[in-house]
Amino acid sequence: MYMFKYIMKRLGLLLLTFCVIMLMCFVLIKLLPIVVTREQGVDANLIYFKLQERGYITNFVYEGNLIVGYDRVPIMKQLWNYLYNIFAHGDFGIGFTMGEYKMQPVWDVFVEKLPPTVLINIYSTIIGVPIGLGLGIFAALKKNKWQDQVINVIIILLISLPSIVFAVVIQYVFCYKLDWFPLIMDGGYDYFSWSMFKSMLPAVLSLCLGSIAGYARFTRAELSEVLTNDFMLLARTKGLTRGQATFRHAMRNSMVVIFPSILSEFIAVLSGSLLIESMFSVPGVGKLYLDSITSQDYDFFMLLSGFYTLVGLLAGIVIDISYGFIDPRIRMGAR
Amino acid sequence: MENNIVLQGSDCPDIPAEKFKPAVRQDLAHDKKLDTKPIGYFKGAFIRFCKNKGSVVAACIILLLILFAIFVPIFTPYTVSYYDNNYVNALPRNRLFEKTSFWDGCEEVKNVGLINFTIDYAKGQETGYNAIKDQKYTENDGSYTYRQDSIHKVGCIYQNVSAEEFADIQKYQDETGKQVIYPTVDPQDRPKNQDGKNANYYFKTEIGRGGKTQIVFDEEGKIIPVYWEYEAGTVDDGYTSKKRIEGESGFERDGKTYFYRYSNIAGSGYEIRINYYEYYIYRHTYVNKDGIKAPYFLFGCEKQGKDILTCLASGARFSFLFAIAVAVVNMVVGAIYGSIAGYYGGKADLIMERISDILSAIPMMIVITLLKLHMGGSSHVLVLFLSFFLTGWIGMAGTTRMQFYRYKNQEYVLAARTLGAKDKRLMFKHIFPNAIGTLVTSCALVIPSMIYSEINLSYLGIINLSTGDITSVGTLINAGQSAMSQFPHAVAIPVVYLVLLMLSFNLFGNGLRDAFNPSLRGTEG
Repeated sequence: MYMFKYIMKRLGLLLLTFCVIMLMCFVLIKLLPIVVTREQGVDANLIYFKLQERGYITNFVYEGNLIVGYDRVPIMKQLWNYLYNIFAHGDFGIGFTMGEYKMQPVWDVFVEKLPPTVLINIYSTIIGVPIGLGLGIFAALKKNKWQDQVINVIIILLISLPSIVFAVVIQYVFCYKLDWFPLIMDGGYDYFSWSMFKSMLPAVLSLCLGSIAGYARFTRAELSEVLTNDFMLLARTKGLTRGQATFRHAMRNSMVVIFPSILSEFIAVLSGSLLIESMFSVPGVGKLYLDSITSQDYDFFMLLSGFYTLVGLLAGIVIDISYGFIDPRIRMGAR
Repeated sequence: MENNIVLQGSDCPDIPAEKFKPAVRQDLAHDKKLDTKPIGYFKGAFIRFCKNKGSVVAACIILLLILFAIFVPIFTPYTVSYYDNNYVNALPRNRLFEKTSFWDGCEEVKNVGLINFTIDYAKGQETGYNAIKDQKYTENDGSYTYRQDSIHKVGCIYQNVSAEEFADIQKYQDETGKQVIYPTVDPQDRPKNQDGKNANYYFKTEIGRGGKTQIVFDEEGKIIPVYWEYEAGTVDDGYTSKKRIEGESGFERDGKTYFYRYSNIAGSGYEIRINYYEYYIYRHTYVNKDGIKAPYFLFGCEKQGKDILTCLASGARFSFLFAIAVAVVNMVVGAIYGSIAGYYGGKADLIMERISDILSAIPMMIVITLLKLHMGGSSHVLVLFLSFFLTGWIGMAGTTRMQFYRYKNQEYVLAARTLGAKDKRLMFKHIFPNAIGTLVTSCALVIPSMIYSEINLSYLGIINLSTGDITSVGTLINAGQSAMSQFPHAVAIPVVYLVLLMLSFNLFGNGLRDAFNPSLRGTEG
């Protein structure tokens, strides 16, 4: 029951934070001028009508057939219209300025762009977790021997270097020099084909190198602490082999701490890395976000900002809640 | 009391007076002065830091990078806004490595056909500036392999100049004895396809199969120069300089004196054929006088023809200045905010914590985008500064607040309060100094991540810092990446800088953290 209360409290706080951020975001965006690009073959008036239909502007001023002026609806009214559309129709708005997504429902485009981003991160977790944990366990078991030193140097290297370096090096070595992988990710929607997987690999590799080091460092620290505990000595005394004792007693205890961090990291990387996505031309959410920023497409910007904010908040809360499950002291403190 | 022996006159035998000596004052000192000097908090931290070899090396590298960032923009003649279209993607060249084939500004080109090889070879023959390094090559079954000089491969170009500039170049030639202008080629004799604009065809050519230019060789397999000639005294092409290929007096043929023509009258000016290397020197030393002696790029050029060394150093200088400025502002604001929240606690703390919670949850990208869109006219440096500040101080505030919670109820603080110290004095004189070590450490840890975010954002093109005399390493990486397959140096050099910076800052920061927090030593994995 305490736990339930604790989770509810954390979730409530999360919701509050999220709402405040989105409200600020909405107001600040609505203060900006509306960009309507006039281009050949597209009727700009159509976009104005669409904006009016969505309850953003009103009272058009015509000059011949062209709309040259309008009044803004009060921002709070706009907010109401926006929220009404979302909750009544599940309608997050349409694209207004971005060429290929003009007049398309924002939500549909977002859902369409989600798979590459998510897949890349899932692959990177699948590759990263076993390697990272393995390295960490190995280093902890060989603590202060040369194997440990080597792994430590690798970890420090990988942790210090930013992903832009990995990405550049991987792109140059594997894509140009060795020609193992294509330079950019394949288009299309055939996400589980071999060629698609191959084209994703450079991005996956540059994403997972950093997290491998993170997992390895964390595992090593946790495990080597558990290994020095008295119950480990007891386990050995009662006749368990070193492997048995390590896996049944030490690993389980250290996993209690390691697992939430994996979960949280997974949620955090769900939002992907804008840098990796733009470097390897991944047709994912990150690229959409960057495009919506450069072309000032506000409905896209609102939705994607909400997505990124929510992912960030969730990743933070997962650790807290799972610690609450694990560590009674935190649970009691919540009372 | 029993132990106290009272000396009485009768207990002591008579002691002769000469046995008494006046006491020397120093001997009476009860406390011996400490032989060693006391080690204060910072001194101790410094000693602990120096024991960590990796961190010391890292600190030295950081110092070198900072010196690089400070001094290179001062001493290099190039500026960030400088560019030269003809030296796009020029390779790194170091005079010390001229003899080797490593850092010599040359590129190994393999299996070149006869035509391209002849053009490169002829450049060196005509002007003495070898497009082929030392004119050395290996031939293998009609294809050639040699090291192509990325500066001299430009060779000659056709340039339209005004009459004044034409005269000025000739004056320069006469003054310095260098030859900038070379005999031009009759438009009739130039290749009749797009190669006609290439001034390096000063020899006889014909149009072969598929509209490609073919070179006509004489019986000995040599090229046949087709300079534009005229009989002495028949044409005035405005050329009076003493620098002539055949000497001042022209050359004799069939009893008549001929001169080479050095210009083609084009409109009100002249079209001349110039060696770009010499022309570059003329323009920079004689016309602009901007300190550039010759095209010499230690780290090469990027795809717009900018000097990478200058751009990198300016970008680094900006990064350092910017990160330090932001870190200092963050530290001051964070320290004040955290002190207040931590010292007063209770309701004030709760509200202040909620505010910083919400602020810290806003993704950086949203902050920057909104600020950028709202501050349309102002410079991106300010936008970047504000957005880093807006979320950056929270970490510092949290650190300070923690320290305040730890120390505010300790006895010495209570004692000070009892003695009548006011809140302000308690906060900043008694509690805050405990937080300085942690704050400095987190500053050192935050600076590299700030530099990296700045590089990241300018790489993505969200923030464009390349205005005037500022540029960013991220912009440089972005520019280099697009030509990475052919010219890896343009991306490798900024990336190497980034690697050095991040590694050394991380090691340095870890060392600093361990030094300021003795209990952490040894546990760092």
